[in-house]
Amino acid sequence: MAAVLESLLREEVSVAAVVRWIAHSTRGSEDNPGEAAALSSLRPLRKEFVPFLLNFLREQSSRVLPQGPPTPAKAPGASAALPGRPGGPSRGSRGARSQLFPPTEAASTAAEAPLARRGGRRRGPGPARERGGRGLEEGVSGENLPGAGGRRLRGSGSPSRPSLTLSDPPNLSNLEEFPPVGSVPPGPAGTKPSRRINPTPVSEERSLSKPKTCFTSPPISCVPSSQPSALDTSPWGLGLPPGCRSLQEEREMLRKERSKQLQQSPTPTCPTPELGSPLPSRAGSLTDEPADPARVSSRQRLELVALVYSSCIAENLVPNLFLELFFVFQLLTARRMVTAKDSDPELSPGVLDSLESPLFQSIHDCVFFAVQVLECHFQVLSNLDKGTLKLLAENERLLCFSPALQGRLRAAYEGSVAKVSLAMPPSAQAVSFQPETDNRANFSSDRAFHTFKKQRDVFYEVLREWEDHHEEPGWDFEKGLGSRIRAMMGQLSAACSHSHFVRLFQKQLLQMCQSPGGAGGTVLGEAPDVLSMLGADKLGRLWRLQERLMAPQSSGGPCPPPTFPGCQGFFRDFILSASSFQFNQHLMDSLSLKIRELNGLALPQHEPSDEDGESDVDWQGERRQFAVVLLSLRLLAKFLGFVAFLPYRGPEPPPTGELQDSILALRSQVPPVLDVRTLLQRGLQARRAVLTVPWLVEFLSFADHVVPLLDYYRDIFILLLRLHRSLVLSQESEGKMCFLNKLLLLAVLGWLFQIPTVPEDLFFLEEGPSDAFEVDTVAPEHGLDAAPVVDQQLLYTCCPYIGELRKLLALWVSGSSGRSGGFMRKITPTTTTGLGAQPSQTSQGLQARLAQAFFHNQPPSLRRTVEFVAERIGSNCVKHIKATLVADLVRQAESLLQEQLVTQGEEGGDPAQLLEILCSQLCPHGAQALALGREFCQRKSPGAVQALLPEETPAAVLSSAENIAVGLATEKACAWLSANITALIRREVKAAVSRTLRAQGPEPAARGERRGCSRACEHHAPLPSHLISEIKDVLSLAVGPRDPDEGVSPEHLEQLLGQLGQTLRCRQFLCPPAEQHLAKCSVELASLLVADQIPILGPPAQYRLERGQARRLLHMLLSLWKEDFQGSVPLQLLLSPRNVGLLADTRPREWDLLLFLLRELVEKGLMGRMEIEACLGSLHQAQWPGDFAEELATLSNLFLAEPPLPEPQLRACELVQPNRGTVLAQS
Amino acid sequence: MILTKAQYEEIAQCLVSVPPTRQSLRKLKQRFPSQSQATLLSIFSQEYQKHIKRTHAKHHTSEAIESYYQRYLNGVVKNGAAPVLLDLANEVDYAPSLMARLILERFLQEHEETAPSKSVINSMLRDPSQIPDGVLANQVYQCIVNDCCYGPLVDCIKHAIGHEHEVLLRDLLLEKNLSFLDEDQLRAKGYDKTPDFILQVPIAVEGHIIHWIESKASFGDECSHHAYLHDQFWSYWNRFGPGLVIYWYGFIQELDCNRERGILLKACFPTNIVTLCHSLA
Repeated sequence: MAAVLESLLREEVSVAAVVRWIAHSTRGSEDNPGEAAALSSLRPLRKEFVPFLLNFLREQSSRVLPQGPPTPAKAPGASAALPGRPGGPSRGSRGARSQLFPPTEAASTAAEAPLARRGGRRRGPGPARERGGRGLEEGVSGENLPGAGGRRLRGSGSPSRPSLTLSDPPNLSNLEEFPPVGSVPPGPAGTKPSRRINPTPVSEERSLSKPKTCFTSPPISCVPSSQPSALDTSPWGLGLPPGCRSLQEEREMLRKERSKQLQQSPTPTCPTPELGSPLPSRAGSLTDEPADPARVSSRQRLELVALVYSSCIAENLVPNLFLELFFVFQLLTARRMVTAKDSDPELSPGVLDSLESPLFQSIHDCVFFAVQVLECHFQVLSNLDKGTLKLLAENERLLCFSPALQGRLRAAYEGSVAKVSLAMPPSAQAVSFQPETDNRANFSSDRAFHTFKKQRDVFYEVLREWEDHHEEPGWDFEKGLGSRIRAMMGQLSAACSHSHFVRLFQKQLLQMCQSPGGAGGTVLGEAPDVLSMLGADKLGRLWRLQERLMAPQSSGGPCPPPTFPGCQGFFRDFILSASSFQFNQHLMDSLSLKIRELNGLALPQHEPSDEDGESDVDWQGERRQFAVVLLSLRLLAKFLGFVAFLPYRGPEPPPTGELQDSILALRSQVPPVLDVRTLLQRGLQARRAVLTVPWLVEFLSFADHVVPLLDYYRDIFILLLRLHRSLVLSQESEGKMCFLNKLLLLAVLGWLFQIPTVPEDLFFLEEGPSDAFEVDTVAPEHGLDAAPVVDQQLLYTCCPYIGELRKLLALWVSGSSGRSGGFMRKITPTTTTGLGAQPSQTSQGLQARLAQAFFHNQPPSLRRTVEFVAERIGSNCVKHIKATLVADLVRQAESLLQEQLVTQGEEGGDPAQLLEILCSQLCPHGAQALALGREFCQRKSPGAVQALLPEETPAAVLSSAENIAVGLATEKACAWLSANITALIRREVKAAVSRTLRAQGPEPAARGERRGCSRACEHHAPLPSHLISEIKDVLSLAVGPRDPDEGVSPEHLEQLLGQLGQTLRCRQFLCPPAEQHLAKCSVELASLLVADQIPILGPPAQYRLERGQARRLLHMLLSLWKEDFQGSVPLQLLLSPRNVGLLADTRPREWDLLLFLLRELVEKGLMGRMEIEACLGSLHQAQWPGDFAEELATLSNLFLAEPPLPEPQLRACELVQPNRGTVLAQS
Repeated sequence: MILTKAQYEEIAQCLVSVPPTRQSLRKLKQRFPSQSQATLLSIFSQEYQKHIKRTHAKHHTSEAIESYYQRYLNGVVKNGAAPVLLDLANEVDYAPSLMARLILERFLQEHEETAPSKSVINSMLRDPSQIPDGVLANQVYQCIVNDCCYGPLVDCIKHAIGHEHEVLLRDLLLEKNLSFLDEDQLRAKGYDKTPDFILQVPIAVEGHIIHWIESKASFGDECSHHAYLHDQFWSYWNRFGPGLVIYWYGFIQELDCNRERGILLKACFPTNIVTLCHSLA
């Protein structure tokens, strides 16, 4: 491999030829014969070139950046020094699976570092193979060989550096960020998927002996590891074919080759003038070494390598575009080297353009190289967010090395509107209760309904508790909430309850996690909340503040593992804690359905003809809509992947050998949870990759190790690889994919290729298929891919790791002090829009095709409008029918029922039977619904379409649109009505019947028109509660016990009754129970008056109420009973033994008031004579003192002796008065 | 009417072991003349109920019931007209109405074949005339009219107060032209949890969004508020989003701590209501 680079450096072949050679295996014809010859002999190695190049660069840079930014604490300094280890010894055994360089490298470097190496021809025999030290695992060797040279072991050389903090800029030696390819972290998801490219060993027998997977699968070493450490699992030491060679060997070969050559290199020695503008030291502890373009050591060589490297990036030959950019940015911002230039060996002529001398000899070289590469990728850079652009444009190194690029970047920055922010969503909003899906009718039983009611509340309780506590140290989800969640899940017995809960869960998930920046964002299908409209300003400030506080310091490098940030963590932990297979199954069903639905959504397509300002406004909406759909899809797919692959994921390493085969055989039988392959194929065909691929990547990122080995998923990966290769950013043309769309796909795919579970050989194994990826079907002329649906906000939202670039630059600016959070920018809330309705799929035939054709040449907004109108009018039509026809039928049912009840008496018969009778009479009327519905749609739709379409819409277009809207609305409404009208009528009638029967029960239908007071009433009457309370006080005073000074004044009593009248007349605040109690209390009061038991305030002589006053009060009561009470008054209580018995305690007994009262009752028609007689009769049965019984009998006789006809009031009183004297005085 | 926790506790302190009679209430009003009577009564009632909940069990042991019943019997034998039952209740620090129920139950057990059903007891308490024993009827009645914290009359008053405030709130909403769905309408639609009012168009009060309003004609103390949060307010939030609770008789200031979370407390109908402006929408 190095040979290719060598020949390139010697200008034997051109860069273009090399890139062609790498990218297009089959095309050699364009190359000049010499180049072709030079390269064709290397054909078998073609695939290995890119990995070699990447590894080479990494290694080179690690030599030059020995004191680069410190390593994060996670990777111990010593081991971090050696780029081969993915995470230091602490990462576990699998960490050593691959290395950047063969184990001997460190040792040999230690021994030979100062030597001027000699190159060798690539095809030279290179017999000297150094195998010594091969057994040393790199991690171990790194630690064991402190003398390995400062050039490599810069980490170990500076253990006490004060700036070893997490916030320091990432660097190449940070194995978290740049672990070698093939490094598969031990954990399934908890570790980072990033990897570094493995070295490409070159062997003499280059052709067949070398396994195809040499590069991408575990690199191979000839000598088995002699160290029985855990690191031994490194495939370097296992199962090595005898013919393979390590990079070290190749180095040797090169050296030998070189020695044979007599070459006079042009030695572009720098004059190294000391006039490099010394940059002010920014960080306290670190002095940044100034970079000086004049001191670059070997320009030409760097230029060449940069060009090849850039070309590989541009052709998507590297797995991850942004990882490479990150690397380049690191070079750009490298602070200084450990090996100061004075300790550096003299740049000996003849060495410079070979691979034997370090590529980067100084900071100057690094920066020069970085700037060279960046110049080639200006287009990508210019599409980064504004913040990154600013930092780049302000980077003084960049200005120093390429003022032109700096100028372009500055211009790009000034023209950029791509402000990006990634704020956390605000605290949870609950999913709203929707009667259509959530009311009792949607549950199989009352019990299920009420259980779900409780579950909803428990769910939110748990959620709130999580919100409160999850950031507290030591709080544990499972410990805190696990048992409650499982108890709740345990109550979900019915399958239907599971689906209800899953719907709630999924909606809440979307609501909380869908849009990181969209604080006001709404869930699909949910009405937008006014929150964002009302307090936008205040909230905006709050969010900005929150963002500052919560901005994650690091998202985990440029290749973070799939994670569940923020609220997503709640849902993940909920699933894990619930550990309910029913729940998981329902959740997968529901997620799959929603994914299918959203993925198939008819998103508007770009119209290239329509390029005026108006369409730009439209595009704002389209982009937002697309973003909402895409983010929802990604979220759903992520959870689907998580749940679907959950049973197969574990901490143990992936199986191998026979075990793997049997697992494969088994797993290949299992149908995929969602047919993602078909969805991907269709998405590619329909040119909707920009929608489908990002969510598919989320889904796949949770796959277990076996998944990529399954044929089904392997097909998917191959499709994705081809897609990746085809997304060449520089190729832009009409109707092809937009730049930012491509960038998004490159970013997500690049990320996916770094996921540990995705085998590293996948990327490089696939034959260069740049031309193989052809959309082989008739694609729509302008698919979604060609529409500018992706903007920077969406790009950064989907791929927050791109933001690492900005952090790198910002850290350069801020020094190593690790300023936190400051680079985050203002939020642009991604407000969401309701989704357009899906087109009705039911319309068929020619008319439907015509309608489709009609829309084809119209602006998409027209179609959306028509569909929207049809959907709404259709839906309203159903509601209209419900409010008119069905309501009429219900009224009929009620009157029929009343008749039925009258004829059948109180019992009314069996409700079920009644319902059947009513339904059989009424349901046939449902047939009218269709005609009425048609009429409604015809009447309502045109107006709505007119109002919503622009005024300049041509008349013919308008009328067609109206007609289609009418048709669609009618179709929708009628389809629903014809299927459901009978059931609807039945349901409503049933509800009415039970309502009527209930009303029949305890409370007679007193709620009629008599309720409510007169129109003039201003509702100033005393409140019923106040009156009850007042009367209760009087009663308690009368019943006692009471203090000697307690009592009521007659005026107070009169006032009380007056107020009672007012209250009863103003019925505003009166409820039936209150009226009942008032009635009862008034009767009690009357009894106390009759028995003269009310303690009267005033001089002791006046202790008792004057008779006249008592009568007046009784009159007031009688009038209230007669005129004002609307409910029944329990007057018979007046003659209850207890109340009559009150008289027994009085001495002398006064019967006249009772007699008076009874007569008045009869006179006013409040009680019938017979009724009173009956009451009096039953009174005799009670146990009374002898004399009292006698008097009672006398009273009875007196009352009965009265003439049946009512007499004038006064006369009656007079009649009683003397009687009392005569009859009762004797007692 | 919004009290600090300290103010509230000062009042609550005065209510320890005070019988629920009108005399006690009068004294309380004299002690805190600046507080509204309704608020004092509400606090009194709640404190007393808490007290009863704590001590309820000890009055319901069979030994206790037996001893009360015997004392009652002995008392009425001596003088049926004396407030035997009421005095007994006050003496053992139990609510008179509840004591009446206890004795009535015991009485019926003795005199009826089968154990009395709850509904029979309730009916007799509502209308003591139905009690077969005249003396007991009077005793029970006396307990009920003299109890200002328990009993059918008190229940009715509380219910009426609640209803009145709902009506009041409805009128205020109508007056402000805010369209809403009330509890009955919501129930008819099949909602599983129903606040008093759901606003059809949300409003903002003091910067907080309000989707629903719940009227509480009581004082919001810690105990009742937490119960309401658990049983009602959070449930409403879970379904309808943030909302407003009006404690017409005031509340403990410190309890109004869930504003940001979506539950706002007020002691009256809010004055500064921001409505959705249609030109903005």
